Amino acid sequence: MASNSKTLRSPLQVARGLGSAKHGTEHWWSQRLTSIALVPLTVWFVFGVIGHLGAGHAEFIAWMRSPFSAVMMILTAVVTFHHAQSGLQVVIEDYVHAEWQKMALIIGVKFLSFALAAACVLAVVKIFIGA
Amino acid sequence: MANGSGRPLSPHLQVYKLPLTAVMSITHRITGVGLTVGTLLLVWWLVAAAAGPEAFARAQGFIGSFFGLLLMFGWSAALYYHLCNGIRHLVWDAGKAIELPDAERNNKVVLGATAVLTVLTWIVGLAVW
Repeated sequence: MASNSKTLRSPLQVARGLGSAKHGTEHWWSQRLTSIALVPLTVWFVFGVIGHLGAGHAEFIAWMRSPFSAVMMILTAVVTFHHAQSGLQVVIEDYVHAEWQKMALIIGVKFLSFALAAACVLAVVKIFIGA
Repeated sequence: MANGSGRPLSPHLQVYKLPLTAVMSITHRITGVGLTVGTLLLVWWLVAAAAGPEAFARAQGFIGSFFGLLLMFGWSAALYYHLCNGIRHLVWDAGKAIELPDAERNNKVVLGATAVLTVLTWIVGLAVW
């Protein structure tokens, strides 16, 4: 506590919101939030895929022209990729110990995840507006 | 010696028989990584549909091929496992069912639910197809 005697900030003030990763529980919370969201989204997605096994193009387009289906598909893609990149981040942090390799992998996974999510969103929007 | 010191290492993880709870824990991770790879097929499916009928037919053709169906079977089982075991993680996060007897019972619940949901999905899927 000696070092703390020189600051007016209380130990609680210093510790609040700061875990070892320096960003508190945000990562943990976003993983849980996305996993809760993915329960209904996954159920919807599985039913949707089963309903469109071997479907023709026109049938699929008609499905994605429904506002509800389009919104659910966009949510499924975005939340899935958000969940995937935060999960892969933890896996990388656990098993890759060379700092530059760890950083390169995490940055690569995040960039790729959000790029793929954007591609999914654009695809659904394109189908929905009939462009 | 692996630690370079010439001194014996203490017994490591691989000399122990992993209990089912531990196997299921690492399986959650493995299925998570596998499902992330599977998202590439989702991207292909959606982008192909947006690109036009020919691209979509190619994607549907791949999914309906033997290799495609094999991948889909693996991903459906992985998805149900990760979903069921993920719900179990949320229950743990709520501070419930942490004791060993509960954990051992819920091993079976998760494995049973995964098997039943996977088989049901494929029965319905192949009937609809």
